Amino acid sequence: MDDLIELDGVEKVFQVRRRAGLMRRERREVRAVDGISFRVPRGEMVGYIGPNGAGKSTTIKMLTGILVPSGGRLRVAGIDPSRERTRLARRIGVVFGQRTTLWWDLPLRDSYALVRRMYRIPDDRYRENLDRCVELLNLSELLDVPVRQLSLGQRMRGDIAAALLHDPEVLYLDEPTIGLDVVSKAKVRQFLRDVNAEQGTTVLLTTHDLTDIELLCKRVMVIDHGRLVYDGGLDGLHAVGESERTLVVDLEQELPPIEIPGSRTVRVEGPRQWLAFPATSSAAPIVAAVADGYPLVDLSVREPEIEDVIARMLHGGRGV
Amino acid sequence: MAESAVSTGLRAYVLIVGMWVRSTMAYRTSFLIMTLGNLLATGLDFVAIALMFTHIGQLGGFTLDEVAFLYGTTSVAFGLADLVLGTMGRLGQRVRDGTMDTLLVRPVPILAQVAADRFALRRLGRIIQGAVLLGWSLSRLDIDWTLDRVLLMPVMLLSGGAIFGALFVLGGAFQFWAKDASEVQNAFTFGGTTLLEYPPTVFGKELLRGVTFVIPLAFVNWLPALHILGRPDPLGLPARIGFAAPLVACGCCAVAGLAWRAGLRAYQSTGS
Repeated sequence: MDDLIELDGVEKVFQVRRRAGLMRRERREVRAVDGISFRVPRGEMVGYIGPNGAGKSTTIKMLTGILVPSGGRLRVAGIDPSRERTRLARRIGVVFGQRTTLWWDLPLRDSYALVRRMYRIPDDRYRENLDRCVELLNLSELLDVPVRQLSLGQRMRGDIAAALLHDPEVLYLDEPTIGLDVVSKAKVRQFLRDVNAEQGTTVLLTTHDLTDIELLCKRVMVIDHGRLVYDGGLDGLHAVGESERTLVVDLEQELPPIEIPGSRTVRVEGPRQWLAFPATSSAAPIVAAVADGYPLVDLSVREPEIEDVIARMLHGGRGV
Repeated sequence: MAESAVSTGLRAYVLIVGMWVRSTMAYRTSFLIMTLGNLLATGLDFVAIALMFTHIGQLGGFTLDEVAFLYGTTSVAFGLADLVLGTMGRLGQRVRDGTMDTLLVRPVPILAQVAADRFALRRLGRIIQGAVLLGWSLSRLDIDWTLDRVLLMPVMLLSGGAIFGALFVLGGAFQFWAKDASEVQNAFTFGGTTLLEYPPTVFGKELLRGVTFVIPLAFVNWLPALHILGRPDPLGLPARIGFAAPLVACGCCAVAGLAWRAGLRAYQSTGS
């Protein structure tokens, strides 16, 4: 099997100095990543999720060579990232949702030209990749705008394009949809799906949005307190955590709680009722049953929050 | 490997610098005004010294022309380092806010990226000012131009630039640990130039020893200049000690390079 990313017992320990009194400083060790092992085969798209401070970003920073691991073995495309960071950089693309890798004061066009020369991208490849990104990410009108004047969604699209100009084998995305509006999110997701399908690019993404995972990744890894606590399909995650989706129904008038097999009514507020059902089963039969037996005005389905799913899994689930 | 890192670094440096120069040149008038401002500000600095000489004939046994020589040489050397590496002072901020991460994912040595970031051509002002003063002093000084003195001139300026450059890098490396340390660096670089603008004879022996043997600022211009001006060294070092400047510069660069590597490996990034 062609594993592009390999981690064996990788650790990262930070020395944190804390003020303890007027002059004294206390040294404390924080194990941000505490022995993580996994493999990602070429061409796979993997979600990497966990609560804040679980060690997601730290893992990505070790995978890109930004941080030196404190222990364990780590290889990306056969390269030890912290030892040969610049050699690895040619083969990976990185997008940080929180900050841009572009040059703040330069128009996108100039940033891209600089990327082309830094990565020594052959002319025809550059033109082809740029054209594709510009078209699929709707960048044509933004090319001459300095990066600092772009909106968050525009900047994110600009950043994703910059990370893909040199045909990277792996694309790391750290919160690529954070703070984006619905339309931008949809655009970014569609584009990532295309890149993965057409170029065979391996993608590892961290996110707070379960919809990202649902639409993009077959496999999801959950990290908590620096340890890998789940590795498998999203369905499995729901099953392990027994997470629930919610059907919100608006009725014509106030009624006693709806009773439908396969779901339970968790909340009633005037004519509006909340029905919970397992995330692994389909909403269709429940919707049909409600529509059949009750005077229905409107309804919507809510996906479980990523934090809830993880919390349920950690407290009730089996884990790996 | 090491050699290819140097060549990719230089290439990237030229690339990024070229881009900044082009983007500065988009506002030509602004650039000219900034450069003129830079020239004036540094020029006024020497006017203060010249005014002082209207009241005293000599400073530590040195005439105004000789002080101008010292001032010009340190200014050119510092100007060269400041032009090439002047933005190293911003490194601490990059470490603090985590934007250092974005440099680390590019296939180019960090030093080249940090040094070339926001390259400001207006810093040429300092070199121009120094060169003008140096030319003026040379036209008035009566120097016995032996071959070794002629040779020592370019050697002195380039080694001086390299020593200041090494200090910039060393200061930058230090900021990986102490994130607010750019002022410490400034003390040695900007502070160093102010020191070297004056004759070594006005300072105490302890200070002279310190800048000769500990932080070898004396090799930037004092020691070579003493030989060119035909003056004895106040510490009693041999006259040709000035020729050690390139060696000292290489040593400084090696130390700075090692410190830089250690700093980079100690980099801890920021949360998220």
